[in-house]
Amino acid sequence: MKKRSNWSLPYVLFMVIFVVLPLILILVYAFQDGQGRFTLANITKFFTDKDSLSTFAVSIEVALENTLLCILIGYPAAWILSRKEYNKSAVTIVLFIMPMWINALMRTLATAQLFTVLGVGLGKGTLLFGMVYDYLPFMIYPIYNVLSKMDKSYAEAAVDLGATPWRAFWKVTVPLSMPGVWSGVLMVFMPTVSTFAISEFLTNNKIKLFGTIIQENINSSMWNYGAALSFIMLIIIGISSLMTKDKEQAEGGLI
Amino acid sequence: MRKFLAKAYIWLILVVMYAPLVFIAIFSFTKSRVLGNWEGFSTDLYSNLITGNMQGNASLMAAVKNTLLIALVAAFVSMLLGTIAAIGIHNLHGKKKKAVTFLNNVPMINPDIITGVSLFLLFVFLGFSQGYLSVILAHITFCTPYVVLSVMPKLHSMNPNIYEAALDLGATPGQAFWKVMVPELKSGMLSGFILAFTMSLDDFAVTFFTRGTIGLDTLSTYIYTDARKGGLTPELRPLMTIIFLVVLILLIVINLRQAKAARAMEKKFKY
Repeated sequence: MKKRSNWSLPYVLFMVIFVVLPLILILVYAFQDGQGRFTLANITKFFTDKDSLSTFAVSIEVALENTLLCILIGYPAAWILSRKEYNKSAVTIVLFIMPMWINALMRTLATAQLFTVLGVGLGKGTLLFGMVYDYLPFMIYPIYNVLSKMDKSYAEAAVDLGATPWRAFWKVTVPLSMPGVWSGVLMVFMPTVSTFAISEFLTNNKIKLFGTIIQENINSSMWNYGAALSFIMLIIIGISSLMTKDKEQAEGGLI
Repeated sequence: MRKFLAKAYIWLILVVMYAPLVFIAIFSFTKSRVLGNWEGFSTDLYSNLITGNMQGNASLMAAVKNTLLIALVAAFVSMLLGTIAAIGIHNLHGKKKKAVTFLNNVPMINPDIITGVSLFLLFVFLGFSQGYLSVILAHITFCTPYVVLSVMPKLHSMNPNIYEAALDLGATPGQAFWKVMVPELKSGMLSGFILAFTMSLDDFAVTFFTRGTIGLDTLSTYIYTDARKGGLTPELRPLMTIIFLVVLILLIVINLRQAKAARAMEKKFKY
């Protein structure tokens, strides 16, 4: 047993250089001006700049709508897939998770091209459709996982004790499946806020999301402001993962 | 009736989900530069792809090679680093274990763009020139946690004494590692490798921020640049079709084998 715990040292060192230090650098750059002096200007710039604020609001709105749509469409699908009487084949499930393994850019581009050929104007509607299309598997899979592992006798017991199947579903099955829903929310909400490229393709640059303005600032060498925007995003991640922390157990798993 | 509705719902979602992919696949069999124009059946785009004799930008094949090379190297290094790390973490206790596990979770919680921007700032800060090496290091950063997570369960179910036994019986630590540990952990290492490989293939944001200005393109960044310029390289259509099919077949084979193994297990336990 002696000293094998030391085997984690190279990895810890690696992580300090490539994870901890970079995150500290975001903080440092966020509070510096171009000359390396301390300043709050980057943060105040965000809160006084109408464009940044409205982009931020639009991102949160799109992410909320996307998450909600994914739950509304994905939950029934996951439930049906988890029931043996409706679905016997493993292939159907593979068909549902396959898009998770394909480059999101490729899928988004295919969707945008299909819209263009069908003559659908690119805008908010196509953005939401494309987002749901991209993220639906990430919602279905964790819910499906929880539902298919769930002991069916709980719901049966409720029915035996006089609940209608509908009531048993809402009072027993849904509450028990919430960890899956929360891990789905985590896998859909934050990625939606932070995507770039995807919203550009789906709206023909009409709608920008938060990720896009971070990318634009970094690419036009406005590192400090880009870092400040990243810092604000980090705070939102912190808040949303704290909010879902107790609710979601690590049952998700990706394969 | 209920069964019919349930099935119809599932298939409706699948049809909508796959429509764009099928659309690309159909138009991979016609020569037209513009997507949506059918100019008769032809497999020219496929042969262009194989011979490298493109209508569009020839650097597509270079991008494919880069993508595969980066994914292979990053996944392999992640597999080694992650396995050794998992053994170390497994033998840690209390607060230290919690701290390292938390550290391991950070790259998985961070959205790609944060990982990308933060690593970009790191390379700028260190004056590290950005190119293949920076992209590979960045990929190792977000891939290794998945290897650690894949290997950990194998360590939990492994008998801790057999490694000590090998040492007591005169094996060097190196021999004990390769002949005792690795065979026990092999399946976890392999699924970690596959996970890391696909994460690396799929990545766009991190590569985008860490590839520097030397003109290094992976498939994702190539598609991004190509789409921003307007017309997509027509050869992307057969390429996408091939990728869709390969992934689909691989997943079906893996899942059917797993289902078979699970059924065999069930039978074993029943009798």
